[in-house]
Amino acid sequence: MALSREQVAMRVAQELQDGYYVNLGIGIPTLVANYVPAGIEVMLQSENGLLGMGPYPTEDEIDADMINAGKETVTAIKGAAIFSSAESFAMIRGGHVDLTVLGAFEVDQNGNIASWMIPGKLVKGMGGAMDLVAGAQNIVVTMTHADKYGNSKLLTDCTLPLTGVGCVKKIVTDLAVLEVRNGAFHLLERAPGISVEEIQQKTAGKLVIEGDIPEMVFN
Amino acid sequence: MAGFNKVVHSYEDAMAGLQDGMTVIAGGFGLCGIPEGLIAQIKKMKTKDLTVVSNNCGVDGFGLGILLEDRQIKKMVASYVGENALFEKQLLSGELEVELTPQGTLAEKMRAGGAGIPAFFTATGYGTPVAEGKETREIDGRHYVLEPAITGDFAIVRAWKADRYGNLVFRHTSMNFNPMAATAGKITVAEVEEIVEPGELEPSQIHTPGIYVQRVIKGNFEKRIERRMVRQG
Repeated sequence: MALSREQVAMRVAQELQDGYYVNLGIGIPTLVANYVPAGIEVMLQSENGLLGMGPYPTEDEIDADMINAGKETVTAIKGAAIFSSAESFAMIRGGHVDLTVLGAFEVDQNGNIASWMIPGKLVKGMGGAMDLVAGAQNIVVTMTHADKYGNSKLLTDCTLPLTGVGCVKKIVTDLAVLEVRNGAFHLLERAPGISVEEIQQKTAGKLVIEGDIPEMVFN
Repeated sequence: MAGFNKVVHSYEDAMAGLQDGMTVIAGGFGLCGIPEGLIAQIKKMKTKDLTVVSNNCGVDGFGLGILLEDRQIKKMVASYVGENALFEKQLLSGELEVELTPQGTLAEKMRAGGAGIPAFFTATGYGTPVAEGKETREIDGRHYVLEPAITGDFAIVRAWKADRYGNLVFRHTSMNFNPMAATAGKITVAEVEEIVEPGELEPSQIHTPGIYVQRVIKGNFEKRIERRMVRQG
């Protein structure tokens, strides 16, 4: 069965390593914070200027001057640092953030990503996404494998205006985990009960399948 | 205002000299850390054809959004403008021009503007619509886009504490774009929660040195929250 949003987040959380600085985008990526594996410590970076983002505040802790990049009220953990937007994006652009997780409309086999603009629809802006994809050491994209009409979002070439070029390393969809390298999607894992054939059928770009593809394991 | 007393006592004095067609850089991220009273003063002055540079354009009825009500903004330079029905309407009708700029590039454009750097190369936006018409260069095998700096006739910022020298300290994440905006205005006006005596701010803990700030005014802030999220504690 296709993964739920929570299960996608759980699988992405397995990519976290002890000591990582991580930026989580809005939506499913935000949920990853709920599934940090036991025994490892990660620092969450919020691009409005917070390193060491904590959980939402209690009613008593709410402070209008303390928000995350999604403009939600938030807290800072002990050991957090707060700084300007220029400093924040120096960290991002300078490659100091170990992992960025973000959503996308489309990804292609060369690691290009389109996530911010659909021609003909109102464009709200890219926010920090272009800086994040250009700067992070490692980028994981979360999205559904196909749209609601069954059209693949893993393409030969992105059709929508790009957010960044050649930057996506890994994709976790509701059906599969894939790596992007050498101009192809490499299938690494299947969602439990999902066949290789279904993934193949829903992947429009070049898909490399080597050996037996294991099912994802959730603890 | 003699010597190093940058404190003004009215919003009229704070925004004196603002004229039609000027560029105003505003600090803030969403509704966090915005100079509420200075924005209200611009509305009151009915200044028109403004170019406003800020990460966002407020919401309907609050923050920079109120400057849309009388069509005071001609052009908006921002990274994200999705929170505002009036903005959408004016954009679609062609009354409002928008230049969408990646958030980090926007911050760096302000920083560069204030630091005397006319333009800089960044990988952000290469190969995307943002790079169209801009000079690009390959450096050590990677592609970069040349992005020009931004300066403003005015910069308006919100700080927590200031002294009469214009030294500023920001509170929590209301810092955001404010320090860079402060450096990039010909006239920088800081609206602050508290004005303290010189010496009360620890010199090594000052976020924005007073040299960047021309005017300081004590404000009263509503501090509206855009997305109130709570956990059960």
